[in-house]
This record gives sequence, structure tokens and C-alpha cells, in this order.
Amino acid sequence: MQPPAEHVHWLFATGFVVLGLCLLGEAIVGTEVWQRRAWRAYLWPTVFFALGVLMWPVMTFFTNSTIHMLAHGTWAEVLMIAGATELALVRGKLVSPWWRLMTAAAFLVSGAAFLVHEQNAWFFQRSSFLHHVMGWTLVVAAVVPLARCVRPRSVAVGSAFALTFVVLAVMLYCDRDVAPVFGRISPTVGAPHR
Amino acid sequence: MNAELISELGLPRQRTWRARAVSSLGPLTALAATVWAIVQPYRITLLHPHDQGFWWLVVEPPLLVFAVGLFFHFVVVRGLLDDLNDSDATSR
Repeated sequence: MQPPAEHVHWLFATGFVVLGLCLLGEAIVGTEVWQRRAWRAYLWPTVFFALGVLMWPVMTFFTNSTIHMLAHGTWAEVLMIAGATELALVRGKLVSPWWRLMTAAAFLVSGAAFLVHEQNAWFFQRSSFLHHVMGWTLVVAAVVPLARCVRPRSVAVGSAFALTFVVLAVMLYCDRDVAPVFGRISPTVGAPHR
Repeated sequence: MNAELISELGLPRQRTWRARAVSSLGPLTALAATVWAIVQPYRITLLHPHDQGFWWLVVEPPLLVFAVGLFFHFVVVRGLLDDLNDSDATSR
């Protein structure tokens, strides 16, 4: 009953779409309006935290190698810490916007984990390419949550933060277990399927 | 013209822009999922369910994106528009 790895990527992509839409909605209407209802205020930080919790089964059941286990475990930890920090900010347990640096740190660590645990070259196959692209996207996009610390009410920064998750979701949906990338695939990968 | 009246004239336009933008997110997401399903119909295994495994039938990305769009529009946006209108009314 263990899902193929590509399905796990698609399920996480769906979580990222939820995150992206909620964050975009918050950026458009403003945080004050978004947080007028408690359930809505907690919605996206809860999804963020839940994605971290759900990374633990991924770490447990998709242990292709030690480096995979470490990468998935690290993602689980940083996603949970970043989600918990956002929950505490909504709850008022934390006040300073600089706590959002945890999300910037989560982006950096996640990007590094993507890059470190992908052992193959960019054009080995599609998943290798996407892991490299997602890794560098997260490393570069770490400036966005950093900007949220400086300008927490900016519509542009909030939208950029939301769209980062949408872009990551698109990349995750493109992920396949065995597939070519731009017509290239290493002969050692095996036969591509649908 | 009184400056206070001019500022009141500006508010509905801003409210309309925000309301329209946030209202369009869910339908646009559902539209993107529909286009995706047309471009890559093999991602919808319900169209050809024979010999499909459990996960291939449960995890169908265009349908998941469509569902997220519907959820956002019908669950999140409805109350959000009410709150946006209330916020604009109190700020006037």
C-alpha cells in the first residue's frame, strides 16, 4: 500500500497549492481582514505545520539511502518549526516579525537538503532536474521570507511569498519517478512510463 | 469638491479591486486544473480506471487542484468577502 514516490510529491504539491492560495488571499485583503476569523488565521500555518508532520512518514518509508533519510528528516523538522512559529505569531505568543526568519531558515535548509540529497546530475532524468531546480529556487527564494520580516504588510512581498509555494507546487506536480527532461534521460535509469 | 468626499469615492474602487482579485483565485485555480486535465488526460485515471492501482485512482493531480480551487472559493472566500466589506464599511 506504499504510494509511489511521484504520488507523494503530488500530494505535497497539493498542500503547497493550499498554502499558496491562502497566502495570496491574505496578501490581497491584508492581514487584519484575513485574521478576522480565527479558523482562517490559523489555516495556512496549520497546513505548513501539518506538511512538516507528514514528512516524518516520508522519512520513515522512503529511505532509499542515509542521505535521503537525513534530508527528509531535516525537512520535517524545519517545516514543523516554521509552521509552529507562524502559529505562535498568529496566537500572539510571539510578537516580533523577526520570528519569520524561521521560515527563511526553513527555505534555506530545505533548498540545501534538495541539493545535497540529489546525487545525480541535472539531466540524468526529470526528477533529478527538478530536485536541482527546486533546491536553487528555495535557496534564492529565502530572501522573500526575509523581506517579510522587514515589510510584513507589503502586498508585493506577501504575493511573492505565496507565489513561491505555487511555483514549488508546479515543480512537484511535474515530478515523475522515471521520465525524460527536455527529451533527455540517462540509459541507466530504466524505461520511462506514462 | 470636499476632500472627504473624494476619499470616499476612492474607497469603493479599491474594495472592488481587492474583492475581485480574491474572488478570482478559486475559479482561476479550477480553470487551470481543467486546462491541465485537457492537455494531459492520462493524469485523470478515472477516465480509464481498469487495471489502475489504489494510489493512481486516489491521487489525480488535476482533480486535486480543482478541489483546492473549489474549497478556497466556497469555504474561504465567502466569509472573506463579508469581512472585507465590513472592514471597508468601518474604515469609512
